[in-house]
Amino acid sequence: MQWEIVIGLEIHAQLTTASKIFSGSATTFGAEPNTQASLIDLGMPGTLPVLNAQAVRKAVKFGLAIDAEIGMTNVFARKNYFYPDLPKGYQTSQMDHPVVGKGFLDITLDDGTVKRVGVTRAHLEEDAGKSLHEDFQGMSGIDLNRAGTPLLEIVSEPDMRSAKEAVAYAKTVHSLVRYLGICDGNMAEGSLRCDCNVSIRPKGQAEFGTRCEIKNVNSFRFIEKAINTEVQRQIELIEDGGKVVQETRLYDPNKDETRSMRSKEEANDYRYFPCPDLLPVVLEPAFLEEVRAELPELPQQKRERFVSQFGLSTYDASVLSAQRELADYFEEVQRVCDDAKLAANWVMGELSSLLNKADLDIEQSPVSAAQLGGMIQRIKDNTISGKIAKMVFEALANGEGDSADAVIEAKGLKQVTDSGAIETMLDEVLAANAEQVEQYRAAEEAKRGKMFGFFVGQAMKASKGKANPQQVNELLRKKLDS
Amino acid sequence: MHEKTLAELSQALQSKTLSSVELTQHYLKRIETFDGKLNSYITVSPDLALNQAKAADERIAAGTATALTGIPLAHKDLFCTQGLRTSCGSKMLDNFIAPYESTVTQRFIDAGAVTLGKTNLDEFAMGSSTESSFYGPTRNPWDTERVPGGSSGGSAAAVAARLCAAATGTDTGGSIRQPAGFTALTGLKPTYGRVSRWGMIAYASSLDQGGPMARTAEDCALMLQAMAGFDDKDSTSVDQPVDNYSASLNDSLTGLRIGLPKEYFAGGLDAATADAIDAAVKQFQALGAEVKEISLPNAELAIPAYYVIAPAEASSNLSRFDGVRFGYRCNDPADLTDLYKRSRGEGFGPEVKRRIMVGAYALSAGYYDAYYLQAQKIRRLIKNDFMAAYEQVDVILCPTSPTPAFKIGEKIDDPVSLYLTDIYTITANLAGVPGIALPAGFANGLPLGMQLLGPYFSEARLLNIAHQYQQVTDWHQRAPAGY
Repeated sequence: MQWEIVIGLEIHAQLTTASKIFSGSATTFGAEPNTQASLIDLGMPGTLPVLNAQAVRKAVKFGLAIDAEIGMTNVFARKNYFYPDLPKGYQTSQMDHPVVGKGFLDITLDDGTVKRVGVTRAHLEEDAGKSLHEDFQGMSGIDLNRAGTPLLEIVSEPDMRSAKEAVAYAKTVHSLVRYLGICDGNMAEGSLRCDCNVSIRPKGQAEFGTRCEIKNVNSFRFIEKAINTEVQRQIELIEDGGKVVQETRLYDPNKDETRSMRSKEEANDYRYFPCPDLLPVVLEPAFLEEVRAELPELPQQKRERFVSQFGLSTYDASVLSAQRELADYFEEVQRVCDDAKLAANWVMGELSSLLNKADLDIEQSPVSAAQLGGMIQRIKDNTISGKIAKMVFEALANGEGDSADAVIEAKGLKQVTDSGAIETMLDEVLAANAEQVEQYRAAEEAKRGKMFGFFVGQAMKASKGKANPQQVNELLRKKLDS
Repeated sequence: MHEKTLAELSQALQSKTLSSVELTQHYLKRIETFDGKLNSYITVSPDLALNQAKAADERIAAGTATALTGIPLAHKDLFCTQGLRTSCGSKMLDNFIAPYESTVTQRFIDAGAVTLGKTNLDEFAMGSSTESSFYGPTRNPWDTERVPGGSSGGSAAAVAARLCAAATGTDTGGSIRQPAGFTALTGLKPTYGRVSRWGMIAYASSLDQGGPMARTAEDCALMLQAMAGFDDKDSTSVDQPVDNYSASLNDSLTGLRIGLPKEYFAGGLDAATADAIDAAVKQFQALGAEVKEISLPNAELAIPAYYVIAPAEASSNLSRFDGVRFGYRCNDPADLTDLYKRSRGEGFGPEVKRRIMVGAYALSAGYYDAYYLQAQKIRRLIKNDFMAAYEQVDVILCPTSPTPAFKIGEKIDDPVSLYLTDIYTITANLAGVPGIALPAGFANGLPLGMQLLGPYFSEARLLNIAHQYQQVTDWHQRAPAGY
């Protein structure tokens, strides 16, 4: 049987507000347990929530960026359930009147095709705390630092048909929220978490199969693996005559398997109802316009501009625009050196491999955009060759000079363009290789190409790479062919 | 000195014919003498009170006093008071000392008032008789075999027995007005949003409102002046200027239009109460008011709507009492579920459990539309009734409860009959409008109450009307025998 995979994602993005969604506590990650938990976060009797306007602003920003309907009347609702790290016994969330309604995101697949994925809704809610089960001798510890951190839960339509599509969608959301500056996207710290709803159906069938929800998958790699593992489990189950049961599952990356967490029957009745402590939030059209004006150029717009303005390939444009900081870096390099193609090549080539090796973000790059742009200028004006440039780049990365010019100066890497000096050097090279010169001159035209390369190599070696390769070529040809 | 009203005590303190320390000591002594029988206080705080009294005397001497500086007050034990136990009348919070101060009590502290202690209430304010308190029932000083009403029954009994100059209460379905009616006090439930709920332990958030309970409208005006005002810590607090409540007390009632809702004078109303209201109507007419019959057609739906909405909110509000962070925790829980079940099972009393179950049921999947949403629609209809009525009249006059104070134990085993005692007060909470209860007479030695309901933010007018009535009647001046 041919199976079709159906995937929908729920992505929880922690919003980068300075304080929590309903209290004034800070939201900094990694503080000592319970040092960022106020009376409100502790759910102290008599305390009341006050909505953080910044959280609404950031959510609206997301909604505008995905062309969604914005909920002009926002209602917060209580989702009631008991859990030790849920201090009030309910999570304040949104149910019937979310801040972001239907919208969409275009994702680019590996083969370059673009697919549109629907976003059902995105709503604001507060995060819970954390239960800590180690180091407490048979007891559990509760850390409420995270309790009340604003989350935007972004719910997709079940539009994805493979784990790869799901990852592409997740990466698109990741890129977008970072572009918008509404979430730091740090998946290791839980700033972006993903629940995957997975089902399968025989190809051609219209109805969906029974879905399972895989909770809290915290990396792109695990999203792909968890979905594939779950799909395999469902296929085997059905093909063995079994039935998929609607349930919540957990992915165990160590064993590469998903495990049942709770079934639908065990699921809570959350008894949602509008939170009486918070009045409906009515947004004014003027507010939307104000937020719209703050929208940065979005990844897709940037990609299109990179193609049209700089003549980059779609591939290069999409790599460079995936991350706002990388795009900004590229544009700065381009601005300094005024050569988009060279700038793109260096950023995607040497720079990316340097950052990868050192496991650094673009913001931590040891070579600044101004330095790299300055270096490319020197390639363009023939001060250095591409080969020497790699040495200059390495020196800059090692902090051996403030600028390409300083490195070139200090290391004496300036290209030799004085044709007299090159000629003298070439004469010496030819004299030292008289035998090869004879052979070259005797050879047929077709074989000369490779032999010519030998002389170029010898010449570059003799000049320690500093001779201008173009001049070397021209002068060599003149000397050999004369 | 306890014979004096708050306003009179304030004058005596300002003119230094009396010190706050003397006055506080006097009340503390009275509490010691009488409260063994009445049980109006859960916690008495003599050290705190005397320190505050001393500071108040200094402030008066320094000439920076307010009208409330040095006045000994009591607070319903669901206003969080930093360092002083806040029990909510529940075993669940028997060990709870709040690490912060409620806005209402903070405002009284800022005004220089003295805190004598915390008063008894129905557990988590759920009740109409103060019998469901973990700390035992409060007795009505007018007849100690009878209830003082509830849930603010401790405050009512304490003020009526002159064990404090005035007290705070809260009113979710009549919990200030009904006990005021049962004890011959004046009590005001402000417009929803007029008084901050920060630090007031929630029963039903969309209905709860704190307010004053005192001997006279004049005293209530002084109390409300301190309590009312916008608070950015409470999102349901309304940012609107506060009137000067004392300034308009002596305004004339000429031309005042009073409406009598016909639905409130139909079956079930005690004859003596009906007669008392008739007499009050004549008084108001003599003061220049016009009285006419009006209709609140959906009033009969108020009780069922209330007993869906209030328990629904309560079922969620009380989820935080889970034995994890504060309050009662059962001994030796076997696991997490056991911890929850036994902490809540042992910590809450039967009425609280009943309302949590009713509320959880009303919100559960498949019933939400039939109960909660339906109740919200009724709420809107009731609000519309009031808005329509206020186009014809300025205020509405009606009883506070169908009968005077009933006997302790009489209704406690019959929840529905107990719920029905709030039939005249609940509509104001559902509509969010303010109401003032005041004494209208006596029958067989028991106080009879009436209430005036007004449009949003008409507290100044309600206090004015009540004050004018109290200038020509003396019900409010009577004290229970022996106190």
